[in-house]
Amino acid sequence: MSEEIKTIKVTIDNITIDVAPGTSILQAARMIGGDVTPPAMCYYSKLEGSGGKCRTCLVEVAAGSTADPRPMPKLVASCRTGVMDGMIVKNMTSEKVPEARAGVVEFLLLNHPLDCPICDQAGECHLQDLGYDHGKEGTRYQFARRTFKKEDIGPYIQLHMTRCILCYRCTYVADQITNKRAHGIIDRGDHAAISTYISKAIDNDFSGNMIDVCPVGALTDKTFRFKNRVWFTKPMDAHRDCQTPGCCGKATLWLRGDEVFRVTARKDEWGEVQSFDGKPGWICNTCRFETKQTSSWTIEGLTTISRHSVIGANKYQTLEMPKETVKKVMRGVEPKLLMDIHSVSGVNNPDIHLSEINGPAHSSDFKK
Amino acid sequence: MEKKLLLEKVHIEGIRHYDVYRREGGYRSVEKALKMQPNDIVEEVKKSGLRGRGGAGFPTGMKWSFLAKPDGVPRYLVCNADESEPGTFKDRYLMEFIPHILIEGMIVSSFALGSNTSYIYIRGEYDWVTDILENAIAEAKQNGWLGKNIQGSGYDLEMYVQRGAGAYICGEETALLESLEGKRGNPRIKPPFPAVKGLWGCPTVVNNVETLAAVVPIINEGGEAYAQIGVGKSTGTKLISACGNINKPGIYEIDMTITVEEFIYSDEYCGGIPNGKKLKACIPGGSSVPILPANLLLTTAKGEKRLMNYESLSDGGFATGSMMGSGGFIVLDEDQCIVRHTYSLARFYRHESCGQCSPCREGTGWMEKILLSIESGKGKMSDIDLLWDIQRKIEGNTICPLGDAAAWPVAASIRHFRDEFEWHVNNPEKCLTENFGLRHYADPVYVAGS
Amino acid sequence: MIQFKETSLKKVAEIIARYPEGKQKSALLPVLHMAQVEFGGWLDVPVMDYVATLLNIEPIEVYEVASFYSMYNLKPVGKYLFEVCQTGPCMLNGSDNIIDYIKQKLNIGVGQTTADGMFTLKTVECLGACGYAPMMQFGKTYREHLTKEKVDSIIEECRAKAN
Repeated sequence: MSEEIKTIKVTIDNITIDVAPGTSILQAARMIGGDVTPPAMCYYSKLEGSGGKCRTCLVEVAAGSTADPRPMPKLVASCRTGVMDGMIVKNMTSEKVPEARAGVVEFLLLNHPLDCPICDQAGECHLQDLGYDHGKEGTRYQFARRTFKKEDIGPYIQLHMTRCILCYRCTYVADQITNKRAHGIIDRGDHAAISTYISKAIDNDFSGNMIDVCPVGALTDKTFRFKNRVWFTKPMDAHRDCQTPGCCGKATLWLRGDEVFRVTARKDEWGEVQSFDGKPGWICNTCRFETKQTSSWTIEGLTTISRHSVIGANKYQTLEMPKETVKKVMRGVEPKLLMDIHSVSGVNNPDIHLSEINGPAHSSDFKK
Repeated sequence: MEKKLLLEKVHIEGIRHYDVYRREGGYRSVEKALKMQPNDIVEEVKKSGLRGRGGAGFPTGMKWSFLAKPDGVPRYLVCNADESEPGTFKDRYLMEFIPHILIEGMIVSSFALGSNTSYIYIRGEYDWVTDILENAIAEAKQNGWLGKNIQGSGYDLEMYVQRGAGAYICGEETALLESLEGKRGNPRIKPPFPAVKGLWGCPTVVNNVETLAAVVPIINEGGEAYAQIGVGKSTGTKLISACGNINKPGIYEIDMTITVEEFIYSDEYCGGIPNGKKLKACIPGGSSVPILPANLLLTTAKGEKRLMNYESLSDGGFATGSMMGSGGFIVLDEDQCIVRHTYSLARFYRHESCGQCSPCREGTGWMEKILLSIESGKGKMSDIDLLWDIQRKIEGNTICPLGDAAAWPVAASIRHFRDEFEWHVNNPEKCLTENFGLRHYADPVYVAGS
Repeated sequence: MIQFKETSLKKVAEIIARYPEGKQKSALLPVLHMAQVEFGGWLDVPVMDYVATLLNIEPIEVYEVASFYSMYNLKPVGKYLFEVCQTGPCMLNGSDNIIDYIKQKLNIGVGQTTADGMFTLKTVECLGACGYAPMMQFGKTYREHLTKEKVDSIIEECRAKAN
């Protein structure tokens, strides 16, 4: 008897794809990629039970399935909703989704300190990206923001609860990757916080992975804290023969010159830890915090970074200089300013070239 | 008309105890049910048209028929006695004064569903009621209605009471199950539904106290007889918890054919508004359902007299209607301030949000703060629109219905009483000392010409 | 050392037996209630750690739960705890006045304990006694239809009991 692999069809933003039964809408959207994919702040495909909480991945289901084509009455969390054969989903094409998502962004930022200028996560923060992509300018919140004290959870990790969006990912890491969970969610409602409750140190070989799954700057690497901006460092893929059971030994080194400022797990295009041979590539604390010499690693090459990311800035030196000069492109016109105000304004003396003025221009410069 | 099925015998002395309860005909439904096929009991409940009495009003028989029955996996019945919806106190009354009717209903229901261990999850504050229930369970067990081989039928059932510890959210069935498993009361993300994966991952039915008690008369008299009472899809009787500004607050068992007007003003029920005051507004089904001004409460937008039942109370949708909900009937007289009252409810929902999903965690607190500033004379006109926008962004976008429950009272208050909000903004110096009063909301029947 | 008395330990075993094998965590809420009664009306960290040991779970699992539910006190409270409901229906019936009266009478704010350690005042959200408002939880039961006079007599009652 031959086993037939059944697939089902789902249409997201007018793009139809065949997927295996049991696939979530978000996973199907990630297979299509691009703008079709809803953002996800709490869902993490490598952590069982994650998702459903942040509500950023809400999508509209315009038709439930071929068998029952009725639309779903409410927007659904795409990360935790399975696709049905013939389901029609609207993400970017929905009229309701952008509004609801902007609402969620506003809620997530309501009590967020927006201290990006002093936050180590800036430049690789999913909340920043979410805010830029789906949020609205300004805030309508006029009350004092909720704050918490900083807390060291063990020698390597600092918890900055004020920035936390309560995605619960780090608690799933502790439950599923480390052998013991010492931190969790304390209190409830708008007072709920990640904490060890009595300032217990989190002491486990894999605790550092909590930093990698944190979508914001709530959990940061104390060995990297305030050392550098991520976009000044250069990410290089590297590996070593790590003896810690469960550690994949494959990492990204964040270098400046020859100095390793930081070691992280390797991330995929969704910001999640990459899988190797079907297994998530978690790394141990020895690799992450204590192996900061390039000599301990075999460097594979520059990490692929999205061109849209600030981290990619100045990293790609292989670009070729264009062979044509600007003069040639502009049909013989020498470039001076991008816009020549002399040609549109009679106020200034057209005989005076701005480029010839030394220092900031003053009105007297034009009265010659 | 008053029709009593659940509370008929509640005033008989000693009915709290087994001997009296049994003498008065208690546990007959168990005797009858044990001779029936479990599926026939489910059919009987379907025929009765019984709808869940916890608030959602979902047909009970249908809920039961969704229960998955995989081989070798235990199934559970859990009674939701986490009564916490502001305005609702009927389950406590039932459990406190006639506990055996719940136990009797649970035995029949457990047998119908194939549960051999059933739990009553009661809110932690009902500490003394827990003792009453545990005592009643012990009495039932001594008399062979619980334990092994009940009444020689071969059916085994154990029943336990578990106390919560102060969390409204545990009235949501999946949060209740989490709590029963010894965890934080965070609602689960559905699907899977409890009927497939409930308590400890096993198929589970969660029913309200009043729902399970109603199974007793349904089995005794038959589903069809039960369905004869009431009107339309509002069959049987409903316990109404009446409170607020009325002369006779308390629990009333009604058949769902009486008018709201009769319920408020008749001496048989609430007995009117105290001190000669006029009716301003009412929340007819527990704090989560939309508040209605007097005129829309007593008559629907179509001009018909509104009845105390599921269909009539929701007539007009949210624009001009409300909901039956849990039957928590909260009456506000002319001296009450809608803004202050809405603020009080917003504070409640902020306090009770589990904090798991962002719209509810952040939005409930934001609404509370804005309402407090309007109430204390610090509000701006734009705050009213902002409130409207916030509630709209919470509603429907959360994991569980607490988001909707927090959004609806704010929405309905602004929808029907916007002028009172605006008055607060325009009269910051008056709004803590003076009252906006009635304006055009006055009950047209009872205040005409006065 | 923190340890339940014999009868309580028996009760804990009895509670654990209500659940299937390996699901002893389900006993957490009832056991925390017992611990709060037995160890001074609140749950100190060593008490919670003890409960974790009893149920064979991690301490953080106990902290998470104890801090979620409003009935567990994570700070010491007075000998008598007044938990006055302030939600909608109670508010309509004057709960604000009752709270103010208790504050003034005991000279404490909400969440505070009197200097002699006798009374703690807490405001709570709906306790399901809306028809008997205003009301408060007092120990195992409720005190309903509160008036200033009733509050006075409850306070007297406590003082008499304490002597």
